[in-house]
Amino acid sequence: MPSPSRRYSVFAIAREALRQHSGWSRAWTSPEPRRRYKVVIVGAGGHGLATAYYLGKNFGITDIAVIEKGWLGGGNTGRNTTIIRSNYLQDPSAAIYDKALKLYENLSQDLNYNVMFSPRGLIMLAQTEHEIRGYKRTVYANTLQGVATEWIEPVRLKELVPIINIDGPRYPVLGGLYQPRGGTARHDAVAWGYARACSDMGMHIIQNCEVTGIETEAGQVRAVNTPKGRIECEKLALVVAGHSSQLAEMAGFRLPIESVALQALVSEPIKPCLDVVVMANTVHGYLSQSDKGEMVIGGGTDSFNNFTQRGSWHHVEETVRALVETFPMISRLKMLRQWGGIVDMTGDRSPILSATPVGGVFVNCGWGTGGFKAIPGSGWAMAELVANGRPGPLAADFGLNRFREGRFIDESVAAGVAH
Amino acid sequence: MLILTCPYCGVAAEEAELHAGGEAHLKRVGPGGADQEFEDYLFARKNRKGVHFERWRHAYGCGKWFLAARGTVTLQVFGTYVAQTPHPPADIVAAIRQTRPDWQSDWSETAGAEAE
Repeated sequence: MPSPSRRYSVFAIAREALRQHSGWSRAWTSPEPRRRYKVVIVGAGGHGLATAYYLGKNFGITDIAVIEKGWLGGGNTGRNTTIIRSNYLQDPSAAIYDKALKLYENLSQDLNYNVMFSPRGLIMLAQTEHEIRGYKRTVYANTLQGVATEWIEPVRLKELVPIINIDGPRYPVLGGLYQPRGGTARHDAVAWGYARACSDMGMHIIQNCEVTGIETEAGQVRAVNTPKGRIECEKLALVVAGHSSQLAEMAGFRLPIESVALQALVSEPIKPCLDVVVMANTVHGYLSQSDKGEMVIGGGTDSFNNFTQRGSWHHVEETVRALVETFPMISRLKMLRQWGGIVDMTGDRSPILSATPVGGVFVNCGWGTGGFKAIPGSGWAMAELVANGRPGPLAADFGLNRFREGRFIDESVAAGVAH
Repeated sequence: MLILTCPYCGVAAEEAELHAGGEAHLKRVGPGGADQEFEDYLFARKNRKGVHFERWRHAYGCGKWFLAARGTVTLQVFGTYVAQTPHPPADIVAAIRQTRPDWQSDWSETAGAEAE
């Protein structure tokens, strides 16, 4: 068993400063897999690691392997625009995203790892009459759900976002949906913090180990096959975002999922000028400034199925063109990096946390373009589902059976493209 | 940018001129279909990592729906063909096998397109 890593604190820094920082150990261990685990989780991104963490913390299950095809947090966890919010229209969505937001608020203390959660506030711009009505409806829904959001007029919005051009001409800013508790967090740190906490509980995190097959027997999962050998398990949780369909196929069922590329880009770092997150859903662009000073820009998805982890040039052009009109000062910024991630889209743009036709196999997927903000809530609800074999209140409405029964959680209208 | 040739008007259209329509060759389920069949028809998707057959509409051109065979990892386009076919035609299959000799279709190629 690995010894628990040393607690991070100001005293630890002071102590290590006196001995040339020789006492730090790796944040998590990289063991060879055992033959058998109680639970195997496929996918060491935020959602997979959070599932493992809450299985250990809330249910005392630590005989867990989290296996990852690439490197830890190298998928969508490290590719998103780090936005956190819970201003959703539908009750089941608001419940799980707000659970996530509440867990984010104390996550650094809980994990003893600074995830740099910054509740700087988040504004979704209304730039058409239709959006005004839509967002006011969301504010009323949020009030009933106990999620604090408010409708703000353009004058107030301009005070909060001095760099914004509210006069159009093409898409004047008519107001906004404001969630003061929303914000951002350091995406890598979320994965690293959960990984460290899981490793401390004795769980195994196995990187560079792609699942190549899933063995079932009489409708019950038995093992997964990997280049590092066959790993037996009682329960298997598939938490892999873009490749959910491929893993489901290995287990012998299909999912209502299509994988598409979503891309983002960052500018060169500039001095602080934007201390809220701004989302403009009509023009498919969202903008925030990172702690390093870079403007982090997210765009829309490609329209076709895609596994390339790149984006299309014309979507960059579309996103930037729209944002330049709303934020004229960014027109002279150089863009430093552009990248893509593969997101798993469901028909109703809501996630799937569910048991599956194969006994002992559970899926957590379909977060689409908005998974990062949900990580702690998703892990919390998924742990409950895996441990008990049936969903708790947070996951109950997100089952696979909702498609057959026509009980959609329709966020595609409410959330638009940008999540 | 993805460029697809519309099989109706012959224009080599850029992606921005087209509208993507998702998986092709879905078989519509009749009124007597079971819930499971309707669910499969409406929602379950192959979402292939590899060769994918899909619908496109030449939205800012002739306006017609056509089908395309494309690799979802390489974005290589194997060809486009008219929508009124139950399965991809032989020349498309040949174009796929040219770069992927081991590729297997998930329909019966020997039955021929006319069989349905």
